[in-house]
Amino acid sequence: MNLIERIEQEQLKKEIPRFAVGDTVRVHSRIREGDKERIQVFQGIVIAKKGHGINAAFTVRRLSYGEGIERTYRLHSPWIEKIEVERSAKVRRAKLYYLRGRKGKDAVLGRK
Amino acid sequence: METSMSMGLMGRKLGMTQIYDAEGNLVPVTVVGAEPNVVVRFEARRDGSKRAQIGFETVREKRLTKPMRGHFSKAGVTPRRFLREFTIAASEEWKPGQEVEVALFRPGQLVDVIGVSKGKGFQGVMKKHNFSGQGAAHGSKMHRRNGAIGCRSTPGRIFRNQGMPGHLGNARATVQDLRVVAVREEDRALLIRGSVPGARGGLVLVRTAIKGQPKPQEKPQGKGGKAQPARSSKK
Repeated sequence: MNLIERIEQEQLKKEIPRFAVGDTVRVHSRIREGDKERIQVFQGIVIAKKGHGINAAFTVRRLSYGEGIERTYRLHSPWIEKIEVERSAKVRRAKLYYLRGRKGKDAVLGRK
Repeated sequence: METSMSMGLMGRKLGMTQIYDAEGNLVPVTVVGAEPNVVVRFEARRDGSKRAQIGFETVREKRLTKPMRGHFSKAGVTPRRFLREFTIAASEEWKPGQEVEVALFRPGQLVDVIGVSKGKGFQGVMKKHNFSGQGAAHGSKMHRRNGAIGCRSTPGRIFRNQGMPGHLGNARATVQDLRVVAVREEDRALLIRGSVPGARGGLVLVRTAIKGQPKPQEKPQGKGGKAQPARSSKK
């Protein structure tokens, strides 16, 4: 393994829960406000996973007061404290961008 | 004004990656691998400054000319592929045979990196000198040319440094004031923030920045976790 790969390996988190596109997850991320730090939880459906190794990222979508919110996280970022898988769903696509146009019941995925 | 020069070293650009710093920010870094360099010659000059010649990467003696063999045996070091010289501050002292390792640099320090930029071949003025070019459509028959290069009989000549097409790249290039993010002694590598001239595997020179002084590590402040540049006025 060359040095660059080794440097990247060191940056990776050891334990990451397995989750797939379509899963509903709770992402605990550390937020810094001034000098204070707190944990923010963002719950939603994973609609995309991108990249691998140190570049891995995923996008979580949720509906908040009728408005769709998407947040993209870097999987190995130290800002992410914890990822909990709430429920899994059966999906046939790697990217669930089609959920963007949907609201209410149409945006609910079938259980696995 | 006395420029404080100090020792530098040679290394090879291994490539780029990203690492998370202590605050969790993703920092782009270039990895420069540097096996220990060795001082081949050290001499004081009349003006009080000192010159150190360092060698990098061992090479078979057979590859060298006889004068070069003599040069290395005089210093008592094994033959090296590359030799470079640095001007050293009068206060510093080095001896031939002494090794120069990546530990020369500390994390947070600013360095200059010198390399040979990637060759781009014969390039037009748009790429080479950032000219704007002409219209792409609307009947324009001139797209990426240089346009006018001067006036008429006054001054009757083309000014020096007028941008013209020609060879681009494959030339010595220096990037100043790059921050050393990490020094990996066991891997004999430096992690330098940002990009560095040249292709992977290219020879680079790393020296203490001649202009920038190492700034104190920025403390997180202000809103949104973004470090603001220190400015006196402006609220």
